Amino acid sequence: MPVKTMSSFEPNAQTGAATSPGVPAESPSSPAEPAFKVNNLSIWYGEKQAIKNVSIDIPAKAITAIIGPSGCGKSTFLRCLNRMHELVPRTRLEGDIHFYGEDLYGPTVDPAVVRRRVGMVFQKSNPFPTMSIEENVLVGLRLNGVRDRRFLNERLEQSLRRSALWEEVKHDLKKPGMSISGGQQQRLCIARALAVEPEVLLMDEPCSALDPIATAKIEELIRELRDKYTIVIVTHNMQQASRVSDKTAFFYVGELIEFGDTTQLFNRPSERQTEDYITGRFG
Amino acid sequence: MNRSSSNNQHHWRKLKSALASGLAFTSALLVISPLALVFFYLLISGATSLNWAFFTHLPAPVGEKGGGMANAIVGTLELLGLASIVGIPVGILGGVYLAEYGSARINWGLRFVADVLNGVPSITWGVVVYGLVVLRFKSFSAYAGGLALGLMMIPLIMRTTEEVLLLVPNGYREASLALGISRWRTIVNIVMKTASKGIVTGILLALARIAGETAPLLFTAFGNHFWNRNLTEPIAALPLQIFSYAISPYDDWHRQAWAGALVLVVGIFIINLLVRVLTRERTARLI
Repeated sequence: MPVKTMSSFEPNAQTGAATSPGVPAESPSSPAEPAFKVNNLSIWYGEKQAIKNVSIDIPAKAITAIIGPSGCGKSTFLRCLNRMHELVPRTRLEGDIHFYGEDLYGPTVDPAVVRRRVGMVFQKSNPFPTMSIEENVLVGLRLNGVRDRRFLNERLEQSLRRSALWEEVKHDLKKPGMSISGGQQQRLCIARALAVEPEVLLMDEPCSALDPIATAKIEELIRELRDKYTIVIVTHNMQQASRVSDKTAFFYVGELIEFGDTTQLFNRPSERQTEDYITGRFG
Repeated sequence: MNRSSSNNQHHWRKLKSALASGLAFTSALLVISPLALVFFYLLISGATSLNWAFFTHLPAPVGEKGGGMANAIVGTLELLGLASIVGIPVGILGGVYLAEYGSARINWGLRFVADVLNGVPSITWGVVVYGLVVLRFKSFSAYAGGLALGLMMIPLIMRTTEEVLLLVPNGYREASLALGISRWRTIVNIVMKTASKGIVTGILLALARIAGETAPLLFTAFGNHFWNRNLTEPIAALPLQIFSYAISPYDDWHRQAWAGALVLVVGIFIINLLVRVLTRERTARLI
């Protein structure tokens, strides 16, 4: 098993941008090793504590769903896996998160490098309005200095194929990214995230603004991506969690109440609160 | 309450409503009429003196007929160029700082200062630059005039840049940062690119605002009846030329002053039209 050194998060480390196209993001782990090991994590926004002492191991090359009522901290938890929560002023974090054995919050770690390895898709699809479909997919590589035209073309097609969008847009690559439908825009955002070859894809309610048909397409896509990527998906929709995920974590007011195999958590929850939530007694 | 009294009330309400909209309409007319008046008057008084020579010739010596303001038109363009070199980069970077970096307390102070600067009488800029530059180099110069106008541009551009950058939804910043793109590249290549039309609009509005300024140029650019061959020497500008022609005792010069004013107003009118076209497209795209 290849061991990643601490240096791989530091600036100028080898990133997805430098690996050859066509090869899926190489995960340095055996399937047994979790992608993220979270220990006693607490997060505050100013005075308000959003996450309370959460410990969880998120498995590699699997789909983990995070469910819970609004305001339970599930988005905050997702965002601290690639340090996006730091964009909010006055946040404070205690505990630690290790990504394949490396401390995500180590003093020499560059958040930009973390985010290249741990990509993110947002609730509201947000293709850049000034850019074409092609430019949207390639922006992450280009702004990180990749210039090789052939490499970019290969990565463009590969990313759009993986996000199941290639057949629909291959003749319209120069059209504005905003000109396609809402569901297509969300898949474009997934392609944009995949283009920098992350190892993990974090998804923050990726279907909540989409109609059922577009949602079905994205769910199918998520299942296809499972072989190559570690996926963590936050969702309001419990049917969605049970349909797509291998593992499910239930959060309630900042605490992790229960974490287990999805089938087991939905059929035989071991906590009373989980049962109340999934049977619709609250939330 | 019987039916007729409620009918009366209804009529009274309709009357009030008609009165209010009538007043608003009259006020709107009062807003438009000065512009129409100015334009009409300039057209009558100035158009007759507008000819090819006005745009291509130097001012004629006293007593001679003809001549033009070519040096003043070019001088104004040169001064606007010099002002842009000072005002645009500093203004834009200041706006970027306000919108993307500054803490709430620093921003409060910066905005306050910028708003005060926007309200400073324009002659003050002339006096300040006179003291700092003209006295030191012992000469009126195009540089000094450009600097005075550029200093006026800074707070104007800073505030408009800040406003349009804040209009860019945060989702785009997050999407970019989540791709591992650095903060600075996110600001330049994503945020500023998205807001580029708004930034250009702010620059054009600032240019339109300073193009007609006379007071800051009185003791800096000073004016010149000939071509400026060296930017360290005095330079002509349309507003200065209009001023000196208007206070002269010669009828011919008065007519030329009107023509100069007409050219200046038409120029500012065109800049504002350009802004209109740009902002229409921008709002259509951002929303």
